[in-house]
Amino acid sequence: MAETTIKYTMMAGIFATSLGGAAWAGGPADDKLVIDDELEITTRVKAPEGHPLDEVISGWHYRTDETRALEADSFQNPGMLYVERGEEIWNTVEGDAGKSCASCHGDASESMKGLGAAYPKWDEKAGRPLNIELQINKCREDNMQAEPYKFDAADQKSLTTFIKHQSLGMPVRLDLSQGDMQAWWDKGKEVYYRRTGQLNMACANCHEDYNGNYIRADHLSQGNVNGFPTYRLKQSAMVSLHNRFRGCIRDTRAEFPAAFSDELMALEVYVTWRATGLSVETPAVRQ
Amino acid sequence: MTKGVLYSLAIATMALGGAATAETVAPEKVEIVDMEVTASLTGLPGDATVGRETFADRKKGNCLACHANADLADQLFHGEVGPELNGVADRWSAEQLRAIMVDSKQVFGEQTIMPGFYTMNVGVNVAEKHQGTTILSAQDVEDVVAYLMTLKEN
Repeated sequence: MAETTIKYTMMAGIFATSLGGAAWAGGPADDKLVIDDELEITTRVKAPEGHPLDEVISGWHYRTDETRALEADSFQNPGMLYVERGEEIWNTVEGDAGKSCASCHGDASESMKGLGAAYPKWDEKAGRPLNIELQINKCREDNMQAEPYKFDAADQKSLTTFIKHQSLGMPVRLDLSQGDMQAWWDKGKEVYYRRTGQLNMACANCHEDYNGNYIRADHLSQGNVNGFPTYRLKQSAMVSLHNRFRGCIRDTRAEFPAAFSDELMALEVYVTWRATGLSVETPAVRQ
Repeated sequence: MTKGVLYSLAIATMALGGAATAETVAPEKVEIVDMEVTASLTGLPGDATVGRETFADRKKGNCLACHANADLADQLFHGEVGPELNGVADRWSAEQLRAIMVDSKQVFGEQTIMPGFYTMNVGVNVAEKHQGTTILSAQDVEDVVAYLMTLKEN
């Protein structure tokens, strides 16, 4: 694992250097994502009704040739190591109830198929939407009698990645008719357009108004979340969605909300909806 | 000048540091009229050589994040979110560039992505260490304006 990480870090460095002299191409790359030459991934799709953009485009199109190739080959994709680790956790007994995930849910490739494409989901008892991370924690506490994972614990990221990966290639589709999901969508939309920090920027400024343009070395994408948790070459690690939310907000020189806070859960509901129709790509590979 | 104004100037001066003097105009007091700020914010001329560094410095202006500039071709990764600045001095006056840098939203409208570099007109939840401060000091703005005025093509 360490060796692999070093290898990818070096590769990332080389990509960054090779970008230097390149002329800015601009816009999404004209390419098709087929994983292992067999699974076609929907990376461009007509936007759902009420979406501000005409076409929803995966962040995959905004990355370099080399980064796109990494995601197209599951043997090369460094995120697949986390999927493997997640499978181990799935089958490991933890907690006072003496259960593993598999004890109740059996074969994840059947029981978890499609789940990652439909989360966050309304939870009546909690009175709020739950994402995969929170659903795992709920299961751990209620059914396994185990400690919930702390935000961004290595096992939380691996297990979330494994579960979302069971929906690889399936279209993102939220059910906003459950509970108060629509109200959370509305709140998330407010957060998306709200300018934060000393730099006075909203998500929309970069990802809606200027996607396809470079901001320094970053090729701005539409900020779609269908590939999370995603392997970021820059960090040589799996990065969770709420980690990325917080990073973006921090970069506007603002205080960032707590992971899984109402504000960020609302944002997750809204931006997941913005990716409607794109395939789940977890684990995506990004810069 | 009232005591209150004197105190706020003193606080602004301390917060902004740099070459600020008692003559420095506090960010809340800068008047943008007809897309122009006519006088130097510090009463002093800018230093174009220093301004070139402030322009490129990622922790200061970080102007290359959004604007390409052939004069800094040795630096990698020029952004393309804002217009190129080659020949910018042929298109804008120093007074206009000063206004754009101070608070571009008062020049281009609220929708612009460009941050205001010497304004308190900022977003919500500003991080504690940046509260009550501006991105650049008044003299930084003057230095960058002086630098931009050297970018001529004609």
